[in-house]
Amino acid sequence: MTTDLQTISSFSGFKATFRRDLLLALRQRGELLNPLVFFLIAVSLIPLGVGPQSQLLSVLAPGVLWVMALLATLLSLDGLFRSDFEDGSLEQMLIAPQPLYLTVLAKIVVHWLTTGLPLMLLAPLLGLMLSLPTPGFVPLCLSLFIGTACMSLVGAVGAALTTGIGRGGLLLSLIVMPFYIPVLIFGTSLVQYGINGSPYTVQVAMLGALLALSIVLAPLAAAGALRISTQ
Amino acid sequence: MAWQWFHRLGSPRWFYEKSTPWLPWLAAIAIVLLLVGGIWGLAYAPVDAKQGNSYRIIYIHVPAAFLAQGGYFIMAISGAVGLIWKMKLPYMVMKSAAPVGAALTFLALVTGSIWGKPTWGTWWEWDARITFMLILLFLYFGIMALQQAFTNRDTGDKASAILALAGTVNIPIIQKSVDWWYTLHQPATIKFVGKSSIDPSMLYPLLLMVIAFYVFYLWVLLLNTRAEILRRESRTRWVGELVEQKAGVKSL
Repeated sequence: MTTDLQTISSFSGFKATFRRDLLLALRQRGELLNPLVFFLIAVSLIPLGVGPQSQLLSVLAPGVLWVMALLATLLSLDGLFRSDFEDGSLEQMLIAPQPLYLTVLAKIVVHWLTTGLPLMLLAPLLGLMLSLPTPGFVPLCLSLFIGTACMSLVGAVGAALTTGIGRGGLLLSLIVMPFYIPVLIFGTSLVQYGINGSPYTVQVAMLGALLALSIVLAPLAAAGALRISTQ
Repeated sequence: MAWQWFHRLGSPRWFYEKSTPWLPWLAAIAIVLLLVGGIWGLAYAPVDAKQGNSYRIIYIHVPAAFLAQGGYFIMAISGAVGLIWKMKLPYMVMKSAAPVGAALTFLALVTGSIWGKPTWGTWWEWDARITFMLILLFLYFGIMALQQAFTNRDTGDKASAILALAGTVNIPIIQKSVDWWYTLHQPATIKFVGKSSIDPSMLYPLLLMVIAFYVFYLWVLLLNTRAEILRRESRTRWVGELVEQKAGVKSL
């Protein structure tokens, strides 16, 4: 009886946080667009920097798109827990009976839906601008689909660690970037294999494994970090 | 009863007093081993058939690389001990281990780069092991930066312990991913099982240097930790008495 009630209440916590965060994100459209605009501007700087030759750009395209998507995700992470910390609702979440793991997971899922997913949807357009070879488009979207989810999850740990610090933005990027390297390596090599026409099941499997590992561990570490850094 | 030593070990004062007699021994052993291993390796070990004398940098490069990785785990484990048993001392060890580990990682990178110029013809190559060491250096930097960012020391200790633990999950993943990404570095020459591909006359000074670096690491870590203990406990009575005692000896 009690276990039934507990499972119901823990999932209601997940659902409530999910609804609330999604609603908050949708009502602040400007902030929602910021990572996308950053992605767009940063990618368009590349042809200006290295020259507009389409042959050169098509070689650079997979790596550039991936690195820029990574940076855009990083920039959006700083606000993940900050506004909740500042208005005190984070403390309510910390003392709530629902498991913090699920609350944190709900916040991360919303973060991915509002930054990672739009980044992935925008990527083909920018691929076109960087003359990405045609067979690379599907792998690009696929790799960003899984990769941005990994980055939201892992980045949440960094965001939780730096929440208690006044201005944690730069520090957050400093501590999270080394953790993004495996995702970047497998993501770009997936696109590269797709362009070369080789099968890329290994890369999809590796990214999937990284995603599974981060779903299990990252919210746990982020929850622990929140309890510590907001003392 | 059996756990008493463990809890006493967690007391900074007990640790400081008990570790004092170790210092001259560790220093003497480290210096002797470094001198013997260094002179043996640099002057008496045979010249390599392919690389000539330039291979001799191995006697610094390999031990430094060993301890760069080992030091990370020492830091992470002491952070975990601090989080689990809520003791003060492990955090001091963790804080002291970070700069030592970062310095050794940097040393491994620099010596590798100097070694790479005559053998590979380039200062820098995006090879798996080099890239891994570079990322390891970034991880050390991240932990050191996080430790300093908090105004509350306890919070900074716990937060950087969590980051160090997250890194232990990530380190094998990074190592594997950069290994698969690109490989140019020679395969491991020292094998603990089976026959080593390195000649014993070159291997023995190398092993001696590895041991020497371990002792040296222990010595430096201990010195650093003792300094950290004094810094953090500077308001306690025993540190005050210690300082008075030292000052008294000087004035006499």
